[in-house]
Amino acid sequence: MLKDQDRIFQNLYNDLGSDLTSSQKRGDWINTKEITNKGRDWIINEIKDSQLRGRGGAGFPTGLKWSFAPKKVGSRPHYLVINGDESEPGTCKDRDILRFEPHKLIEGCLIASYAIQAHVCYIYIRGEYFVDGQKLQAAIDEAYEKKLIGKNSAGTGWDLDIYIHYGAGAYICGEETALLESIEGNKGQPRLKPPFPALVGLYGCPTIINNVETIAVVPTILRRGGKWFASLGREKNTGTKIFCISGNVNNPCNVEEEMNIPLRELIDIHAGGVIGGWDNLQAVIPGGSSMPLIPKEKCETLTMDFDSLVAEKSGLGTAGVVVINKDQDIIKCMARIARFYKHESCGQCTPCREGSGWMWRMLERMAKGEASKDEIDMLGDVTKQIEGHTICAFGEGSSWPVQGLLRHFKDEIKKRNNFNPIVKETQNIPYLVDQHLLDKNA
Amino acid sequence: MSLKRPAKDQPENFEFNSSSLEAANKIISKYPEGKQKSAVMALLYIAQRQNNNWIPLIAMKYIAKLLDMPYIKVYEVATFYSMFNLSPVGKYFIQVCTTTPCMIRGAGKLVEACKEKISENESELLPGKNCSWMEVECLGACVTAPMMQINDDYYEDLDKEKTLEILDKILKDETPKPGSYRGRVNNQPENGRKTLMELKNA
Repeated sequence: MLKDQDRIFQNLYNDLGSDLTSSQKRGDWINTKEITNKGRDWIINEIKDSQLRGRGGAGFPTGLKWSFAPKKVGSRPHYLVINGDESEPGTCKDRDILRFEPHKLIEGCLIASYAIQAHVCYIYIRGEYFVDGQKLQAAIDEAYEKKLIGKNSAGTGWDLDIYIHYGAGAYICGEETALLESIEGNKGQPRLKPPFPALVGLYGCPTIINNVETIAVVPTILRRGGKWFASLGREKNTGTKIFCISGNVNNPCNVEEEMNIPLRELIDIHAGGVIGGWDNLQAVIPGGSSMPLIPKEKCETLTMDFDSLVAEKSGLGTAGVVVINKDQDIIKCMARIARFYKHESCGQCTPCREGSGWMWRMLERMAKGEASKDEIDMLGDVTKQIEGHTICAFGEGSSWPVQGLLRHFKDEIKKRNNFNPIVKETQNIPYLVDQHLLDKNA
Repeated sequence: MSLKRPAKDQPENFEFNSSSLEAANKIISKYPEGKQKSAVMALLYIAQRQNNNWIPLIAMKYIAKLLDMPYIKVYEVATFYSMFNLSPVGKYFIQVCTTTPCMIRGAGKLVEACKEKISENESELLPGKNCSWMEVECLGACVTAPMMQINDDYYEDLDKEKTLEILDKILKDETPKPGSYRGRVNNQPENGRKTLMELKNA
């Protein structure tokens, strides 16, 4: 288990208070000026050395992302956008950062803005987190008052304004280009890439977009050194991560742990074990609903990091662990996730808009046992038709969970679904094609 | 994509009152000059707050004029995002999360309670009732599932009994206390917490 002093979010459970004074006691804002005085290149290199990967789901190396921002500010200003549109089922980590560790986020914004030369930072928060957004706004106001941001922020000589932009209940706005569209005042429909936002982003200007958790860990990394962060976890999967353990466990909770922690340790030690004991475990969704589930046999030895989960044909995603025990109907669970994706598809690309509905309806029938055996392969085919044929990764996100179900629980579906579509002919009229219609009335 | 229809009965006039207008101007100033369109979502929220938690078409027209953008663009935004109500909802607007993490912890019981106390169908505002309910997708409080949102506040760690209690209070026009209903502090494990022990009760 990770040592307490190595935990970045000391106030994850709000034992200490989230205001500026208590944040400063925890080490926030102490020597921000010294950090920025070391220069942009030092900051970016230190983040590269720490091997920090984005915490929003895709796991893109943060240092590399920052280095894509143009070195010189041209006629177009640079922007920093923080993605707090946390809507992935199973994930609730950013909310705790917004309400309990806002100053880590704000200080991270200042350092990141300095590194990529942005003077304006927008924090996009999902509309449902209005109360938590108000808490962040209070912290921002406090920071303005103490001159930590604004003109000559915290004595660094850098001007920075931070604004909150509320979303309004669209999951797709967590996709970075859809998020930019949303800030610009449009429907949240993703843009084609390239051009990438680092060159053409918000209002057509160079924009770097990072998750809340990614930015909030930056100040601590720079204080304690990239080497310290890299010493946790394993190569290319370094540092700590907030895991959200929900579903059928005795003590569902958020906990900050080292990367590469065994899944069993996470469930048994931190979450108090599976309801009904470990043997009652059916499957685990390891990283938010869009990652394929993993059946019990593999959960025994599974470690939680980006690369080891990819090896199991799943992914760490947002590290929202949803535990499903044997009391649940696994097909129904997946059908509900398919309904989520059907509801949240933005409607821009046909394969996703139509396919997400097909998957949902087929799965609903499979849960009731009304599908035929051919339909199981047909469902697999539909997922393949969506995956890779859409503008954004939503297509993958909606088809992977279904593929995961088909990969590991095909027998279960086969056992339940015995509907035979071939109509028994009770009246034999050779020239009639639509005989089965007659049969129905007979 | 969710299907949303504007209400049949629409008011004829809409204008921001002075406090709304002040808030709107403050928000518009957050965005670069000429990009005032960015404020459209925030302004729709303000309109929704001013107009009993729903947005009439005339308010969209008003906002379009205010931001100097086409009406259809405002309409597009208002119909795309699920948090903008285009028809009247109750004074207490209850949203029950029924996505998988909540579902497997018994969100169905919460829906049952709403059906018993409020109305058989979702998004139905019965005459004489001060509340309406609907099923929504993940609200991002999966660790404290099952949960529901009433106006801005989260009500977490619920079961059917506690939901009925909350709904009873609402029907009496009292605002129940938000947060966990099993007495848990934030998102920590309910018992057997293993981390940050020195800070506990500090």
